Amino acid sequence: MVTDVLQALRFASPRATDPEVAVGIDAESAVVPHFATHTAVSAEAVLCANNTAAASEAVRCEEGAQVVTRDLRGAFELEGVSIRYGKETVVSGVSMCIPSKSVTALIGPSGCGKSTLLRCLNRMNDEIAGAAVTGAVRLEGVDINDGKVDAVEVRSRVGMVFQRPNPFPMSIYDNVAFGPKTFGIRRRSELNGIVESALRSAALWSEVKDVLNKHAFELSGGQQQRLCIARALATEPEVLLMDEPASALDPVSTQQIEDTIAKLGQEMMIVIVTHNMQQAARVSHQTAFMLRESNEAPAELIETGDTKSIFTNPRDSRTERYITGRFG
Amino acid sequence: MRQPRQALIGQVRRARIAEVAARVLLAVCLFCAAVPPILVIGVIVWRGLPAISLEFIFDMPKQSMTAGGIFPAIVGTALLTLATALFAVPAGIAAGIYLAEYAGDSLLARLIRLSIANMAGVPSIVYGLFGLAAFVITMHLRQSILSGALTLACLSLPAIITATEEALRQVPSELRNAALALGATKFQTITRVILPAAAPGAVTGVILGLSRAAGETAPIIVTAAAFYAPLPTGLMDKTMVLPYHLYIMATQAVRSNNNVVWGTALVLVASTMGAAMAAAAWRSAQRRKLRW
Repeated sequence: MVTDVLQALRFASPRATDPEVAVGIDAESAVVPHFATHTAVSAEAVLCANNTAAASEAVRCEEGAQVVTRDLRGAFELEGVSIRYGKETVVSGVSMCIPSKSVTALIGPSGCGKSTLLRCLNRMNDEIAGAAVTGAVRLEGVDINDGKVDAVEVRSRVGMVFQRPNPFPMSIYDNVAFGPKTFGIRRRSELNGIVESALRSAALWSEVKDVLNKHAFELSGGQQQRLCIARALATEPEVLLMDEPASALDPVSTQQIEDTIAKLGQEMMIVIVTHNMQQAARVSHQTAFMLRESNEAPAELIETGDTKSIFTNPRDSRTERYITGRFG
Repeated sequence: MRQPRQALIGQVRRARIAEVAARVLLAVCLFCAAVPPILVIGVIVWRGLPAISLEFIFDMPKQSMTAGGIFPAIVGTALLTLATALFAVPAGIAAGIYLAEYAGDSLLARLIRLSIANMAGVPSIVYGLFGLAAFVITMHLRQSILSGALTLACLSLPAIITATEEALRQVPSELRNAALALGATKFQTITRVILPAAAPGAVTGVILGLSRAAGETAPIIVTAAAFYAPLPTGLMDKTMVLPYHLYIMATQAVRSNNNVVWGTALVLVASTMGAAMAAAAWRSAQRRKLRW
């Protein structure tokens, strides 16, 4: 893997989705060595590099002649990740890098393992009997599947929003305060502050600030989903995983969720599974395309890259066919 | 063109007749099933109501129990049921939680589930004999409220465990996943999300199990019941209890007073049914808060 120590890296780009800005930075720090050790992913061009101290991590995205480099503190690195349910391998050999402070979309046809892959980022696959993850899933250089790493700790750092809104059967306030309370925060004033800022981040505060004691089930579906986002944000995670968060919602609610994602993506890493390609194009900075080529074969990662280039200039013909709607 | 259409109309007509016939048949079956319990309750209320008075509820029995009240039996049944709940509810709920959340589906877990289901079908006199051997004789607890309560706890445990386990299993996995994904431990998830959500079902099962135990006669005849006793002063006393009192008044009394028998039956039925209905009301109130 890419364990070479990088020297004198000065990545300061706060928002590196603009290729020109990023390329400019890369031109300055031309010492970045070239790594090409990723396996199993054809035409893989997102490369990860981290030094052992995990102080400065970098990713290089080569797009033709362009080389994009990013600040990757707090990034996820997947290396040869395979997921089995019982004897069946459902996802095979995924290697990719997910940068922090940006939105990454996982796209692909139904049943291609997007959600399964997403769940291995916060060890929710632990809860499925017979599921086994092999390969390395590193968050800031630490393999979260390591026996010494506690799943509870991983999940407190990596939050998750599910496909269907799933608020707890309790008040709006108690829903948001649930996470902080499990971490032992008891002081009312502190909880009040956390609840308010989480609801503000999820763009729900103005709608519920006067009815915080109302039962969560009285909210509309879209409000419930934003409540679930607020609930996940209340534990101040570094990463937010979203499994088709808008698929059960109407267009207006979907728009609100997407606006929220865009705003949050400036502060934290968001990984969103969606089979709505327009949504992926609208909200994400990076896109990863997964495909299961037959019912017998496990799903594989076909291509990753900047959303713009994936959608306008995919390298793999299968990506192109999916993007243009010819299958899946 | 005409022929198929004719056939279709005939088919629709036949289907409509079958529909009506099925509905009538099912209604008749419901009627047959509903009549016996309604009759039982109706007769008990009709015959028992004249016997009910403040004196009947709050007085000691007089004249070899052919007159006066059944106060010691009411107190005895209440005490016995409370003590049973004290033993059976915590153990039963804890066991139900373990079976639903931790035990998984191993061979051992399945064997235990099967055993518990079978325990629910064991005749109550067998529990009585077990209580006599285990608590009264081996543990030297004598014939006492304590022995009776432990015996009734054994009897009602299967119902409580099964009800708790079922209630926990019905909590949607979305809630479980939501709590786990927030970094809650398994135990936090159970105590703060799953158990509150499952409470209505579990409590209903608990109350039904306990009210069945409160009405049992056979297990307490040999472990706790007294033909005639003053008000119990502690858990080591023998006590009068409603079901046993009813049994002896109906079968053993020298000069039976039917009023006392029917009145006792009414008090017993009303208290167990009252508990069951309170449970149902509480559950539907909770369900309104918990719909998913």
